[in-house]
Amino acid sequence: MEITEIEQRIKKIVAEQLGVNESEVKNESSFVNDLGADSLDTVELVMALEEEFECEIPDEQAEKINTVQEAIDFVAANTTQ
Amino acid sequence: MSKRKIAITGLGIVSPIGNTVPEAWGNVIAGKSGITQITHFDTSDFSSKIAGEVKEFEITEYLSAKEARRMDIFIQYGMAAAIQAVKDAGISDVTRFDAERIGVNIGSGIGGLPMIENTNAAYHAGGPRKISPFFIPSTIINMVAGNLSIMFGYKGPNLAIVTACTTATHCIGSSARMIEHGDADIMICGGAESCITPLAVGGFASARALSSNNDDPATASRPWDLKRDGFVLGEGAGILVLEEMEHAKKRGAKIYAELAGFGMSADAYHMTAPCEDGEGAARCMKNALSDAQLNLEDIHYINAHGTSTPLGDIAETVAVKRCFGAHAGSLAISSTKSMTGHLLGAAGGVEAIFSTLAIFHQIAPPTINLDEPDPECDLDYVPNTAREMKIDTALSNSFGFGGTNGTLVFRKT
Repeated sequence: MEITEIEQRIKKIVAEQLGVNESEVKNESSFVNDLGADSLDTVELVMALEEEFECEIPDEQAEKINTVQEAIDFVAANTTQ
Repeated sequence: MSKRKIAITGLGIVSPIGNTVPEAWGNVIAGKSGITQITHFDTSDFSSKIAGEVKEFEITEYLSAKEARRMDIFIQYGMAAAIQAVKDAGISDVTRFDAERIGVNIGSGIGGLPMIENTNAAYHAGGPRKISPFFIPSTIINMVAGNLSIMFGYKGPNLAIVTACTTATHCIGSSARMIEHGDADIMICGGAESCITPLAVGGFASARALSSNNDDPATASRPWDLKRDGFVLGEGAGILVLEEMEHAKKRGAKIYAELAGFGMSADAYHMTAPCEDGEGAARCMKNALSDAQLNLEDIHYINAHGTSTPLGDIAETVAVKRCFGAHAGSLAISSTKSMTGHLLGAAGGVEAIFSTLAIFHQIAPPTINLDEPDPECDLDYVPNTAREMKIDTALSNSFGFGGTNGTLVFRKT
């Protein structure tokens, strides 16, 4: 999977889950500090990523995914689609 | 010291016959049924295939799509009706009030059953990791009250009473008590319900409580009629703003009516069946009249519980006679459930609104589909056509599974 495709799909999910415009979602955006997510939002976001990319993100990994870029990096490294 | 009086200063509704107060009141006076075939799920295997579903409801008129996703449907209905009521009362800007003196008391009979069913299915298909972090706060019953307080900043009492089909009536009556007692000056109160789901319809049908008049939905809910065969499930929310009378007058609020009394009782008889001698329900009405310091003859109109079940309608008729004696025959009594279906925990909310508006407009809503009255139901049920009449005082009855009863008394101001 192309990295640009991963990026697009992740940004779409983030925008949808957090109720923000896709244009506000930058690679460097922090879910909590920039996009207004709370602790429950971030759990749900990880579940949505798992669903979208048919992968499992263990809790200790999920805790390290705090920005859009970190999500892209994780998906790129852990999916074979 | 005389008791603090309670004014009704705001109303909000989501119902099978309209999602605004003017629309729902217009339809209830016109005798329009909101009962149709169930569209929420496939009813092929079910004996009852009809319900009073809410139609053309747009939650995004009230909340963002993100906020709404975290609320099961009963919360969405409750929030929509509460937001209407809060705006109607002119209390949406909390900075103009003492926020700690405004409370919320909105319950639900069953709560987030749709999301419980869906999450259970997701769990069985995909394991515990498929359970959303919002599952609990989306489904628990006090989350209309919680979300409303968060949205508007109301910092007074915040609770949700759960008593089956008496839920909203108990929430409204106990809110009045809180204002009387001095816990708050304003309470937003009522009930919300949405459980037209396989488990709820299946459960009520299994208890033989539901009408199976599937071929002609609009005539299925027919309180006191000889051909009645059970209640029709409804959904929605009915919310009132109650306010200490002097507080309301001082700020020039519109006052629809006074909430003059509240009574409660238990049948102590059976899980689901009403006591046939009407003792519990009669005592409940008496308690409410006593609280309002009114005589039997003062009452003009009763918005009945009247669910259209064979036993319940007779029991309520017996109870009204037992409470009112000779005056029972002079009362106008109607069941608006003939049009809305039975909204369970929200029923007392929408019926409190209809009782309030009956006084405000001096019109008794009809009981529709009353073509051939059961000989055992021989009072004046305002059959089929609304009636313009003098209504100084009205009662609203609610009776719930477990034998829990509640009656509200409304008075013209």
